[in-house]
Amino acid sequence: MSDNQKSGVVGGNYRWVGNNTRRPDGVDKVTGRARYGDDMVLPGMLHMRMLRSPHAHARILSIDTSDAEAMKGVKAVVTHKDVPDHPPAKPPFGPAVSDFHDLSRNIMAREKVLYDGHAVAAVAATTESIAKRAVRKIKVEYEILPHVLDPYEAAQAGAPILHEHQFTLGLEPKPKEPSNLFRTLGGEQGNLEQGFENSDLVIEREFSSQPVHQGYIEPLACVASSSEDGAVELWTSTQGHFVARTLLSRLLNLDMSKFRVTASEIGGGFGGKTTIYHEPAAILLSMKTGRPVRSVMTRGEVLRATGPTVGSVCRIKIGAKKDGTLVAADAEIWYQAGAFKGGPVARATDSFFSPYKIPNARTACHDVCVNRPKAAAYRAPGAPMATWAAEAVINELATEFGLDPVEMRLKNAVKEGDTSLMGTKHGRIGCIEVLEAAKNHPHYNAPLKKNQGRGFALGYWLHGGGLSSASANLLDDGTLTLALGTPDIGGSRSSMRAMAAEELGIDIELVKPAVVDTASLGYNHLTAGSRTTYATGMAVVNATREIIEKLCSLAAFKWEISVEEVRWDSGEALPADKYAGKLKPFSLKQLAKMAPGTVGPIAGHSEINAKGAGASFCAQISDIEIDPETGGTSPVRHTVILDAGRAISPDYVEGQMQGGAVQGIGWALNEEYIYDDNGRLLNTGFLDYRMPVASDVPMIDTLIVEVPNPKHPYGVRGVGEPPLVPAPAAVAIAVENAIGRRMGDLPMSPPKVLAAMDAQKLAAE
Amino acid sequence: MLGRGHKNKMAKHSVTTTINGDETEFNCDTHNTLMDVLRSELHMTGTKNGCGTGDCGACTVIMNGRSVNSCLVLGVEVDGAEIETVEGMAQGGTLHPLQQKFLDHAALQCGICTPGIITQAKAFLEKNPDPTETELRFGLAGNLCRCTGYDKIIRAVLDAAAEMRANK
Amino acid sequence: MAGLRYEAPNTVDAAIGLLSEVAGAKVLAGGTDLLVQIREEMIDPDLIVDIKRIDETRRIEITPDYVKIGAAMTGAELGENEELAAMWPGVIEAVELIGSWQVQGRATIGGNLCNASPAADSVPAIIASGAKIVVAGPQGVREIPAEEFPKAPGRTALEANEFVVSLVLPVPPKRSGDAYLRFIPRTEMDIAVVGAGVSVSLNEDGTCASARVALGAVAPTALLVKDAIDALLGSKLDDVTLEKLDKAARDACNPIDDKRGTIEYRTKVAGVLVRRTAAIAWERAQKQNG
Repeated sequence: MSDNQKSGVVGGNYRWVGNNTRRPDGVDKVTGRARYGDDMVLPGMLHMRMLRSPHAHARILSIDTSDAEAMKGVKAVVTHKDVPDHPPAKPPFGPAVSDFHDLSRNIMAREKVLYDGHAVAAVAATTESIAKRAVRKIKVEYEILPHVLDPYEAAQAGAPILHEHQFTLGLEPKPKEPSNLFRTLGGEQGNLEQGFENSDLVIEREFSSQPVHQGYIEPLACVASSSEDGAVELWTSTQGHFVARTLLSRLLNLDMSKFRVTASEIGGGFGGKTTIYHEPAAILLSMKTGRPVRSVMTRGEVLRATGPTVGSVCRIKIGAKKDGTLVAADAEIWYQAGAFKGGPVARATDSFFSPYKIPNARTACHDVCVNRPKAAAYRAPGAPMATWAAEAVINELATEFGLDPVEMRLKNAVKEGDTSLMGTKHGRIGCIEVLEAAKNHPHYNAPLKKNQGRGFALGYWLHGGGLSSASANLLDDGTLTLALGTPDIGGSRSSMRAMAAEELGIDIELVKPAVVDTASLGYNHLTAGSRTTYATGMAVVNATREIIEKLCSLAAFKWEISVEEVRWDSGEALPADKYAGKLKPFSLKQLAKMAPGTVGPIAGHSEINAKGAGASFCAQISDIEIDPETGGTSPVRHTVILDAGRAISPDYVEGQMQGGAVQGIGWALNEEYIYDDNGRLLNTGFLDYRMPVASDVPMIDTLIVEVPNPKHPYGVRGVGEPPLVPAPAAVAIAVENAIGRRMGDLPMSPPKVLAAMDAQKLAAE
Repeated sequence: MLGRGHKNKMAKHSVTTTINGDETEFNCDTHNTLMDVLRSELHMTGTKNGCGTGDCGACTVIMNGRSVNSCLVLGVEVDGAEIETVEGMAQGGTLHPLQQKFLDHAALQCGICTPGIITQAKAFLEKNPDPTETELRFGLAGNLCRCTGYDKIIRAVLDAAAEMRANK
Repeated sequence: MAGLRYEAPNTVDAAIGLLSEVAGAKVLAGGTDLLVQIREEMIDPDLIVDIKRIDETRRIEITPDYVKIGAAMTGAELGENEELAAMWPGVIEAVELIGSWQVQGRATIGGNLCNASPAADSVPAIIASGAKIVVAGPQGVREIPAEEFPKAPGRTALEANEFVVSLVLPVPPKRSGDAYLRFIPRTEMDIAVVGAGVSVSLNEDGTCASARVALGAVAPTALLVKDAIDALLGSKLDDVTLEKLDKAARDACNPIDDKRGTIEYRTKVAGVLVRRTAAIAWERAQKQNG
């Protein structure tokens, strides 16, 4: 079996932070008590089912719901007519696009259906069975239109147009014809032409990848309940219930305060549960009927109609000196945003070359609409495909020059003070430490067996900070409750609890964290962008420090000294300065007991906009064995090396590293969306959407590097996303090295591998 | 539930079964699967719904000593059967060794697959109490987990197996 | 009209009576295909006839002359019968490849046959074994050679109101062995891109006395490959034989391009798998030299 290790430069001796602790949600999850989206039942609840488009692109001529509405047990039907319309958003657009014109059409098709699975109507009925039958009685007349699935083709003139009102942004003069190309984001520095001229070798390649789904095991599920006074309660499986509240209130033109959204326990998200899908229909049906409405998507609906990540077509060119110095790099990528604009193009442009200092560089990332479900975030959205292209070419350059791939990267690695192409000025970062750790890892130079290949790749991710709130309440018996507003998707309650216990200096078991509803706490952005332990963690530290201040004040009051003369250490208020050692310390428990009779309840809260989350780096080494006769692939060894800043809970950090790596293995080898000629999705279940099963993968070795983030009280960097960034690249490069031929197209499924091997044999003859 | 359900009226069945040692009676329609009955009729929501087609293993229960996907068993078929679900594993306030080892090894993240995997692991270890890593991986191949990459799950089950053997 | 009826008769005759009574009635054994088809709204039957309470479908009978396997025996149950697994290891391996452990506890050998998927794992191995399918219907009981049972994707040789009661396999002679291999992109939880079943009996000199070779997922139904059998008969398993076998398998293929594989890929892999499967069957036959 493999091992998991830690190495790094972190100091600090903590009781809870940095040690493995039991997760507070663990017992509920191993016993089946934890309540997920689909586990909520309300009295009188109706069941919702949706009618979805069988066409990739068609004009809706009419929708007749009368037969469905006439059925016994059917309580209401909604279509786009029930959804408020919104004008298209106007520029300028930020890196993330928010457009309620699009959102209202994605949750319920209006003029046209734009992809197979696009929602057209929703029915609420007394039983699921009646709802299912009613959906089949809705008659929709369609005028089928030509469709387009490939992002490069969709961006060309003459392609079928999805949105007649969409003209490519930023072109002068303004184009006369609408386009599926929404915009191009990118960056440029230096003199590209000169850079390539000054290079000893320039390699240019093309890459492509297919959309892959987040693949969370819990299908989307919600229960909406609206009352006659206009209040709406919503229970839903989401990565951000505060964000859901904002989207729903704006979309439905309802006061935000009337919503109370509760995040259920969430059965995986990986970015896929960062927006709303069926919730508006459930709310509208609840409003129409006055009864709670539950919706649970089928797996087929999840795959057909909720965001996979973008597929891509990429062209890249990198030039370097013989000694390995990178001189010039140029990349262009087309992302299939799906039916509506908003592919992660800003992240792509940040991902191509950020680990390296390249004086002359340019990126151009195209956000293209195609007849596929609107893409959603997927763990480091936009990064893995760009990283793959750049890393593959850098490895090839190293091979051509006879250089060690890690040495070549070390020669160009970014460090504190460097600025990325997107203008991020780096603080203390661990790029070099991660590369050194990879070079020294026994896996890096371990011998390979016959038919095996090794891939190495480095990934970069700039973490999010943003809005978080936390509230801590000290109870009379000296225990603490912690109210959080970021859904716990990977163990964040455990990390929050560790930081709170560390601050207060009390036993971790005395702290009980909970994710609370939107009425109970200040605003919180999504659990996404690897921001939670960083930003919400900071809010938790602030909130507990406020409690400490109040406890010190209480002690000062009791001792009749000034609060400046009290300090907090290891769970006790201690007299300081001239009183040091002269008064008996008060424990937290004693102070908590005194509070109600003196100063009253003691609580702390914090609402922040966290900045400076900074970047982290992740390197992966992958060994793949190929069956030379069938093209079958087996991952035989895989190592993940990550700068975590500080691992608050090392075993959960390892879990993130291992999970991300295995998602990358799936992405590189077998996962893909397969459409027929009519643009209908063919693989709508887990049988043919081939995510790795337990027997497909080896143990995943991990090495946590700790280069603390100076902006966080405990040095935290996000750990959710970086483990996926270089994973498909490492695996794909391993496959290519095993067969001795470049393929450039993901997934590297057995038929493609066998075809490449046959082509290689032909070329050798 | 399966398919479109009833056309005009339900064909109700009265079923008697044993669930986690308790005799249990329920009524169901032919279209209701064992998963539907457990979750919607008996409110035993520890058995999870992930796909409904037997491809993810989240709804795994043990029926007459063998693990099955409860979404692929009709409710009416379990008349007279003995069913074990995740709710029956902890005894008298003490977690089953598998449950305890999942906590010790941090073998869960979101937890949606956990009840199914623990149930499958129990059924598997009853047939193969001392598996190799490879045997165990194939034994758990019908249970998808998207969070963990399986590493810590495999460690937890192997460790639990060792403890269960030692305590026999 | 009533809702979806469920009946679990105790006798073959009762089952036939029920099937005759309601048009489009469906037979339920393990349900791992049937229940998915109902859930996905591919079929909408009025009656389900559960055959698991009929004694003949639920037993294994091993006699000096034949082996009889009840149609409703599950993969897990067959795998636990050591005597059977020693006689027809390839057939048992094939049945045990159908789905996960959980599916193994339910999916039956008869159900895999009757689902009539061109990619069904057990079918090439069953055909290679020379099995006969025992079918009961209103006209009585008849036996159908396994290779004649699947007729098209989703369609079998079953006539109206008939169902499969059991399978009869021969008792293999001395120096016999069988094997089944499939190719899937993952290691489990997948549908065969190609499946190959081979059974052989050897002469004392190690040459092939009799053989049966069958392929799955490379044509609308599983195929008995005559040319591949001819390539083996009278031969040893040397490189020339293997090459002939590979070619015969490829020539027999008439696959489709679909989400699980391309024509070109399936054809190539069929050749590879037949070679590999034959090698395992051969080795097993040699070990039985006693």
